[in-house]
Amino acid sequence: MKRIDRSNKVRSFHQARWNESVIFELSQKGERGILIPKAGSGIEEALRSTDQLLSDKMKRKTAPALPEISQPRVLRHYMRISQETLGADVNIEIGQGTCTVKYSPKVNEQLARLPEMTELHPKQDPATVQGILQIMHETDLYMREISGMDRFTFQPSGGSQAIMTMAAIARAYHEKNGEGEQRDELITTIYSHPSDAAAPAVLGYKIIYIHPDEDGYPDFEAFRTVVGPKTAAFFVANPEDTGVYNTKVKNFTDLVHQNGGLCGYDQANANGLLGVTRAKEAGFDMCFFNLHKTFSTPHGCGGPAVGATGVSKELVPFLPAPLIDREGDTYFMNTDFADKEFGIGKVRLFNGVAPVVLKAYAWMRSLGAEGLYEVAKIAVLNNNYMFKKLMEIPCVDAPYTKGKQRIEQVRYTLGKLTEDTGITSGDIQRRMMDFGMHYWTSHHPYYVPEPATLEPTETPSKEDIDEYVATLKQIFEEAYNDPEIIRTAPHNSVCHQLDESEMDDPDKWAPSWRVYLRKTQ
Amino acid sequence: MEIRGFKNHPYIPNSVPAVQQEMLAEIGLSSLEDLHEEIPEELKIKGKMDLPPAIESEFELRKHVESLLRKNKSCKTNVSFLGAGCYQHYVPAICDEINSRGEFLTAYGGEPYNDHGRFQALFEYQSLMAELLDFDIVNVPTMDGSQAAATAIRMAGRITGRGEVLIPKSMDRDKMLVMKNYGKPALKLIEVDYDEKSGRIDLADLEDKLSERTAAVYFENPNFFGVIEEEGEKISALAHSVGALCVVGVDPISLGVMAPPSQYGADIICGDLQPLGIHMNYGGGQAGFISTRDEERFVMEFPSRIFGIAPTCVEGEYGFSDVAYDRTSFGHHREHGKEYVGTQSALWGITAGVYLATMGPAGMAEVGDTILKKSHYAKQVLSSIDSIKTDRFTGGFFKEFVVDFSQTKKTVTEINNALLQRGIFGGYDLSKEHPELGQCALYCVTEIHSKEELDRLAGALREILEDGGNGRVK
Repeated sequence: MKRIDRSNKVRSFHQARWNESVIFELSQKGERGILIPKAGSGIEEALRSTDQLLSDKMKRKTAPALPEISQPRVLRHYMRISQETLGADVNIEIGQGTCTVKYSPKVNEQLARLPEMTELHPKQDPATVQGILQIMHETDLYMREISGMDRFTFQPSGGSQAIMTMAAIARAYHEKNGEGEQRDELITTIYSHPSDAAAPAVLGYKIIYIHPDEDGYPDFEAFRTVVGPKTAAFFVANPEDTGVYNTKVKNFTDLVHQNGGLCGYDQANANGLLGVTRAKEAGFDMCFFNLHKTFSTPHGCGGPAVGATGVSKELVPFLPAPLIDREGDTYFMNTDFADKEFGIGKVRLFNGVAPVVLKAYAWMRSLGAEGLYEVAKIAVLNNNYMFKKLMEIPCVDAPYTKGKQRIEQVRYTLGKLTEDTGITSGDIQRRMMDFGMHYWTSHHPYYVPEPATLEPTETPSKEDIDEYVATLKQIFEEAYNDPEIIRTAPHNSVCHQLDESEMDDPDKWAPSWRVYLRKTQ
Repeated sequence: MEIRGFKNHPYIPNSVPAVQQEMLAEIGLSSLEDLHEEIPEELKIKGKMDLPPAIESEFELRKHVESLLRKNKSCKTNVSFLGAGCYQHYVPAICDEINSRGEFLTAYGGEPYNDHGRFQALFEYQSLMAELLDFDIVNVPTMDGSQAAATAIRMAGRITGRGEVLIPKSMDRDKMLVMKNYGKPALKLIEVDYDEKSGRIDLADLEDKLSERTAAVYFENPNFFGVIEEEGEKISALAHSVGALCVVGVDPISLGVMAPPSQYGADIICGDLQPLGIHMNYGGGQAGFISTRDEERFVMEFPSRIFGIAPTCVEGEYGFSDVAYDRTSFGHHREHGKEYVGTQSALWGITAGVYLATMGPAGMAEVGDTILKKSHYAKQVLSSIDSIKTDRFTGGFFKEFVVDFSQTKKTVTEINNALLQRGIFGGYDLSKEHPELGQCALYCVTEIHSKEELDRLAGALREILEDGGNGRVK
């Protein structure tokens, strides 16, 4: 037999395409997906009357128009559309910058699905949930060590809710000091996540943006002019979404403190910093980690998640209650720590997304301090290796800090490619799917022209990174030689180019099947 | 020089030293310590973090975590009557099968092409929920039911341009705290009394508190005490009479048998998806839904993503994408978009979709019917115990009901401790949240409880309460 040639650096790929119906179209009258336990004759007979358990007024008169589908057909439908989803388990996950999409260990998922986790009710007697309380308490201790903060809550169920929580804590702190009304401004930067502005704005804060200086660091001179007696807090990511670490971060936090404000650290980009540097030493009073990102738990199409939020001692009384404490060998829910008048109360029912905390705990236990340090080092090594490889391509550039390292990601620009060929970063995004790759541009608005934000994390191999770069290279060549194939992409993804022209038109948009049927009659 | 880190770790391909050297050489460095040059020395951690050592083998890690989890006593091996916002229902196997799929589990922010399946699954979830609610628009789920309620009233505040929201005094205190924290400073929450006898909203008090300042009347059906608000239509008419919106929180598993709030005047419906095929997860299974009519003034106030169906350039092909994306904080307007959006609880939305597709109309009707009958049977058998009162509230109920132990000379804590010794998790103790009720507990009965378990509860309570008052196991 002749040796089969596998020297091609770029993958021949086609994603699953089932051309699947919308689930309502599968309905067949009379089919059942599952049968339900009945009350049973014992109960029926014992009940004095069963017809008046609901008043006529409150009875549903017509059954909901749900589809009627037998179980194998429901399963097959969802299996097919799951295959039409490019999760991190199946692709080289480099393209979703800022999201830290890394390997989520299967053992952790299996552990989180044991009945001793899934079948716990949050109002059970603490004596019956000592295992999960211990896990939550110890995860709090590890987070404190990783960040230098003094206490963590796991109630915020995502990074954005964590930002809202930090803003609520800042509000409570200033109110207690009698400065609640006066301090109505919150400062952030344009390269921090949009939620660093949007979530505090929900609580009434006026948002002030700091733009970068020439080197890409938040402009300290501009910052100096806006920090003052109205400043409630400064919320910032570091590194920012450009991958640039603000070396003078301490000057920023010092200035805020001198002016009576608080500093909140968006640690969505912490993956390159574990065991290397901490929130506390950089002068932050609060921070949060996305357990679904840095701590691997995974992303679940966008949650369930946890934005583990830590604060310094001074701010502990404002945290949402309860916290998990330990007395001797017993773990308990503590509500006594909370400031009765100014504490923020609650940001989520119960006590957070426990299985996510469990998975983060197991992930940390598998790594230990040396492993977390290895994670950070390799995330940064992978990123800087890919950075060098991509910057060798003439049409690729990355604004700011020329010749210096980035932390765990880089925001590139394809401005030159667009000038040369008319192909945009959005076009490249669609074409990358033809090779089974994710590729993300940037949050809006685009401050970097034709942006691409790539974050390899620690979990791709060198070969994976080389494949990702080779694929991009091939597409850039296509841009110069055969741009039509990019403009009309994707070709090998699940579906073809969308016509999104009606998505903003209230007369035509179709956000549910019933609305679609109504508007397309 | 000491080599730091954890080499050849199974989750980190490039922790192999030879590969590291090759990659370092490529970027002109000789050691991993040469990385992070941008971080000032004074900010660097000196030495190693103080964390417990790595549990290196997967086997030992599993053993360790399992040993911790074994300290938990679950509702699977005990009989639980806890509800109060988190519910033990049967989770069809197919729900876990789908939400364990690696593709869904590990997807995130992909595009409508490579994540077509994620968009379709969530569009279908929205559409299935819309049928259950008999409404048009449902969001990609938010964090939990309390956040859904908080956002629903903020939406009402923006739509009406008003700043007061009437809420029921009977509601879950914790949910109220979430709404209060999130509503401030735009909204003032004003409590409306409940009728002491029926447990329903006190309509006279509601009328007194309604005004031109009222943005919304928020109530729940069934309410926190499990009591059904029979006068939904009247409440929404009252709200509308002053130009306010009617926002109703609902338990979605009740809607196979109970009328959805859209049919008695609700403008916004919200609630928690957890009863629909999602395990309790110690409170980690919560996910919030918000629903409205398909009217621009409502749709444009959602902060959440909403997926819609769209044509592609190929005839006959379905595509899916974001509806009115720029209203969200992910759009071009950032903090000038509606509230904020981010990672919330999408996987539970997909799961609730699988649940509704599997249950179908017949399944939803039957589960509602079984819950009604079993919970009423439970109340009936408990009412045969002399010292406890099950008619603390006389209003009709679904799934949950209040049991008054005030005349037993025991506290709910003492009774629940005694039940616990018998492998029973008693109802949620209301005495802290609602001290005005005395020693009351909220009992929850669903389709998973058998007649034997309900009889066993009654027997255990009889034993505890009629055993000379010391509550010991006989």
